[in-house]
Parts: sequence; C-alpha cells; structure tokens
Amino acid sequence: MTDSSTSKSPTAPARWARWRTPLGYALGALVLFGLAPLVLSDFRLGQLARYLCVAIVAVGISLAWGRGGMLVLGQGLFFGLGGYAMAMHMKLADAGAGQLPDFMLLYGSTDELPWWWQPFSSPVVALAAVLVLPMGLAALIGWSVFRRRVRGAYFAILSQALAAAFAILLIGQQATTGGTNGLTNFQGFFGFSLHDPVNRRTVYFLIAATLLLLMLATRQLFHSRYGELLVAVRDSEERVRFLGYDPALVKLVAYVLSAGMAGVAGALFVPAVGIISPALIGIVPSIQFVIGAAIGGRASVAGAALGAVAVAWAQTTLSEEFPSAWTYFQGGLFVVVVAFLPGGLASLWHLAAARRRQRTEVVTAA
Amino acid sequence: MTVILSQSFTGVSIGAVLLLIALGLSLTFGQMGVINMAHGEFIMAGAYTVYLLQGPIGSAGVSLLVALPVAFAVAGAMGAALEWLLIRRLYARPLDTLLVTWGVSLMLQQLARDLFGAPNVHTGTPSWLSGRITLIGGDDPLTLAHGRLFILGLALAAVVALTLTLRLTPLGRRIRAVVQHRDLAEASGIATARVDRVTFVLGSGLAGLAGVALTLVGPIGPTMGTNVIIDAFLVVVVGGIGQLRGAVIAAFALGVLQAVMEYSTTVSVARVTVLVAIVAFLQWRPQGIHTLRTRSLA
Repeated sequence: MTDSSTSKSPTAPARWARWRTPLGYALGALVLFGLAPLVLSDFRLGQLARYLCVAIVAVGISLAWGRGGMLVLGQGLFFGLGGYAMAMHMKLADAGAGQLPDFMLLYGSTDELPWWWQPFSSPVVALAAVLVLPMGLAALIGWSVFRRRVRGAYFAILSQALAAAFAILLIGQQATTGGTNGLTNFQGFFGFSLHDPVNRRTVYFLIAATLLLLMLATRQLFHSRYGELLVAVRDSEERVRFLGYDPALVKLVAYVLSAGMAGVAGALFVPAVGIISPALIGIVPSIQFVIGAAIGGRASVAGAALGAVAVAWAQTTLSEEFPSAWTYFQGGLFVVVVAFLPGGLASLWHLAAARRRQRTEVVTAA
Repeated sequence: MTVILSQSFTGVSIGAVLLLIALGLSLTFGQMGVINMAHGEFIMAGAYTVYLLQGPIGSAGVSLLVALPVAFAVAGAMGAALEWLLIRRLYARPLDTLLVTWGVSLMLQQLARDLFGAPNVHTGTPSWLSGRITLIGGDDPLTLAHGRLFILGLALAAVVALTLTLRLTPLGRRIRAVVQHRDLAEASGIATARVDRVTFVLGSGLAGLAGVALTLVGPIGPTMGTNVIIDAFLVVVVGGIGQLRGAVIAAFALGVLQAVMEYSTTVSVARVTVLVAIVAFLQWRPQGIHTLRTRSLA
C-alpha cells in the first residue's frame, strides 16, 4: 500500500500532509494524557487502559499482518506469555518471600513452589521474561516455519492452533496455573498497592505512554528500508528471494517484534485489569485482536490502534446491553470491511484523497 | 495386549471423526485454496438437524438415518449461499476469505444461540447403536461401541463415495482438472466458477454429515463448531492439498497419536504434544503428506 502523503510537489495538500502525522500523534497524546484522565471516572479510565492494551497488540498485528502478510491468528499465545510472566511475579510478591501464592494453598496439591515459578520471584527476571518468553518462542516458531516456506493459510491455522494449545495446557495444569480461573486477585504492582486509585491511574499512564511509543517506533519502522522490504516480501516473496534477500529472515523480524508487543500488552493488562486467564488468550480473543486491526486498517498503525480501541469499547459497552445484536453487528461489520474494504476504515481517508486528486486533475484538464 | 488394541481402536475412532469433519474441508481447500472457517458451523447445522428431526419423528434410530440426507442438504444449501454471497468475490485473497468466513461463523453461532438457546442440547441414542460388540471376553475384555463403529463406517462410506465421484463421474473429472490447473481447465472449456460452486456445496454437505455423526459422541451446542474446526484444519494441513488419500492418512495418524498420548499422559498434554508433532512434521514435509507437484513457486 503506497502512502499518498509523500507527494513531491509542494502543493497545499502536501504541506498539510507533512504535518498530519505529528499533529495526529500530538492530538492522541493530548486526549490520552489530558482529556481522558480529566473527564473519565477511575472505573472508566481502567476500562480505557484495557482497550489500550488491546491496541498495543493491534499495532503488532499491523506490523506482522498488515505489512508482513502473515495472518497472526494466535497472538493470544504471546499476550498470555507476557501476562502470565507478570502475573506470576505479582502473585509471588503478594505472597511474600518463601510463601506459596494463595490459589496454590487453596488447591492444596503442592507444598513446594514448582521450579518454573521460582525465577519469577525476582522482578528483574519477570520483566525480562515478559519480553524474552514471547519473542524467544516466536523466534523458534517463526524460524522453523518460515524457513520451510510454510505460509498463507497454513501459517494462520498453525498460529491459531498454538494459541489454543497454550490455553488448553493452562487449563489442564490447574494446580500450578490456576486453571480456568487464571491468576487474579492481585494486591500490589512492584510494591505499589493496586487498591490506591492514584497507583491505578499511574498504570493507565504507563500503558498510554507505552502505546504511543510503540506506535511511533512501528511507524518509523514502516518508513524504513526494512519496512519497504517487508512490504515487498508480502507482495511477492519469490521476487525478493531472487533479488538476494532472505524472506524468511525479513518475516521473522516482524513476527518476533509483533510477539514482543503482544507480550508487553499482556504484562500491562494484568495490573490494569487484575486478571489473566485462559479465556483471555484462546482462539476467540486471538481473533478479536485481529478484528480490531482489520476494521481500523491493517496496514496503518493509527488505523489498527484506533480500530482496536473502538471495537474493544463497543464490545464492552454494547455487548452488555444487546449481546445478541452486537454479535451480529460485529460479525457483519467485520465481513463487510474485510471483503469490500480490505484497507479498513483508515483507507477511506486515502480513497477520499485519491478521489479529490482525481477531481482536481479533471478540473485542470478542462 | 488388550490395552494396545483398545487404544488403537480409540485412536481409529477419533481418526474417523477427524476424517469426517475434515473431508469436506479438504475438498474445498484443495480445489479453491479457500479456508472456510464456517465449516464448523455447517457441522453444527448438521447436528441441530438431528435434534430438530427427533421431535416430530420420535424414534431416535429413524431420525438419525433421515437426518443424514437432510443434514447434507441443509449444510449444502448454507454452503451454496455462502459461496454465492461472499466467497466467489474473494478468490484471489485466501487470507481474507478465512477472516470473512470467521465473521460468518460468529454470526451463525449467535443465530444458533438465539434459536436453540446457549446450553447444549442432547439427542437420544438409537437403540441399535447403544450396545457394544465384545471381541475378546474374559477378565480383560475388548469391546467396541456400536456408535463408534457407525461413525467409522460412515467415514469410510463418505471417503469411498467421494473417491468414486471424483474418479468416475464427469463432475469428478472436471473437479480434478480444476484442482490440477485452473487456467488450463478454464481454457479447455470447463466452467470453473460453476465447478467451484458445486464443489463447495459438496464439501459443505459433508460437514452436515459429520454433524450428524458428532451427535453420537458429544453434546450439541452453539460452540461445537469452534471446538472441532482447528482439528479439521490440522488434518488438512498435515494431509496436504488436493488429495483425499493424504487427508485419510493424516486423520487416522493424528487420531492414533492423540489416543496414545492421552493414554500415557493427560488430555491437555496430549493435545500440545500432537501440535508440536505437527510443527515438526511440517519441517520435514511443508506441503503435507501428499503434495501435488506443480511448477509454481508459491
């Protein structure tokens, strides 16, 4: 997808285009940091924090799917890895040194902390694991899959199956993972009480800042040489191979980065929402992540993020009042957008701009 | 010894269910390169057909047999509608088809919830399917459930019927031509769009049959499609595109592997192991068991 904003002639629309992105991000920052905390109640702000976490995942999806052509239907896997890494640390920190987390006492099946829980008592290890676990696993999966040129629908199904398997594994190991209930009921976040509204507000600011930074970084990546290469791989993998690049490596980088973003989102989701459970990372939530990005605009960072926030907001607000109608509406909107407007709602902007240009050309020609 | 036999029979019967749910998918994916996520909901439609027929007919045995053709027709009609409304417009974009059909499956699930309620419904088991055959008596008996044998028989019958259709009928010849080389088939005067539609109806109808079979082994509910669709796709992925033989081998291999793993570990560990095995297998044969050799790069 070409960016119509990089027009060479210094006409009025082009001058405007140069400022459009910085202005957009400034406006976004103003809304997130100024307006939202002012007008929203603490409860609503917590909900917004949750939607912003989904938006972080969507930014990663726009990188891997929108620009890289890899339909990542299993981002819940990486979201869950980041989330559980953070949640395990918070559980251990709540329990205090040498104590078992409360749910393990409840099930009463183990007297000793399982070995794979132990490293997470260190905050440094837990924070590192939030990035290392998802990105390491994505590197492993991606390397073995892309090198063998498994792609398209095969890759999509495989990634979805992995997310499903992870959820099943967590449910099966109830004594050490909390099973279907997941990990919940957290007291503190790195020593700060989560019952204090000020601290909850700080978590929101942390999430908003992370989202904006990741959006800017991803946008920068789109406009780099690597971003061009990624789009080239998406559009014609074989040609890129013939030019001497290794498409597997190009795809791997995008896939690993998107997994890292999902992991960060999962880790931030836990203190903001207060739960991580298999129901939040299985097949259905994994596809929900993609829906937001698809409706907003898969190849555009801002489109994907805004789409994710809008869909997540509509999901909570409308599904409470009209659960049945909302499902039809969401499914229908998704079908119509993907089938007839593959660029998402963000591409309406480009379509309108293209039409305007066409009209101007017709006028000058006449 | 009996343990091995009974576990292999469990594996074969899991494989038969997998084969039934994957057969239609293998057909449509093979021919059109289209991933139909709503396939699971067509299976669900077949299962609810049994449930609906049981009321007026009464006898569970008769209604199951009547349901077979009816479910085939119901699911086939749904497939025809989906193909005509959406899929034929999306042939060049397989990944978008996957997402669009997932949106459709979301709506169909909600429809099932609104029509039949969210909880699972149950159908009676026909009397002639409730018994077990005893193969080895004594202290360590080996018995096979009639219901499982029926599913195995249905799966094999479906494979045989489909194979004969593809091999012997003019329609089968046209389908094979389109699978092997769409452009050449079109250039030879085959109306590929029409062949696609017929294939899609056939594949969806097979999903309806699978739904009827599934009523014998599990509950009927709005989410039953989601539960089986991933397994069905894994069978297709492992089996390879365009050949029924690959799907048959893959279904039984995955079924036996699942049964063996379930016997030696827990269900959840077994599922994860099977998945890891599939990823490892794709390292070895990225295009599945059966590959259709072409000169294309993609």
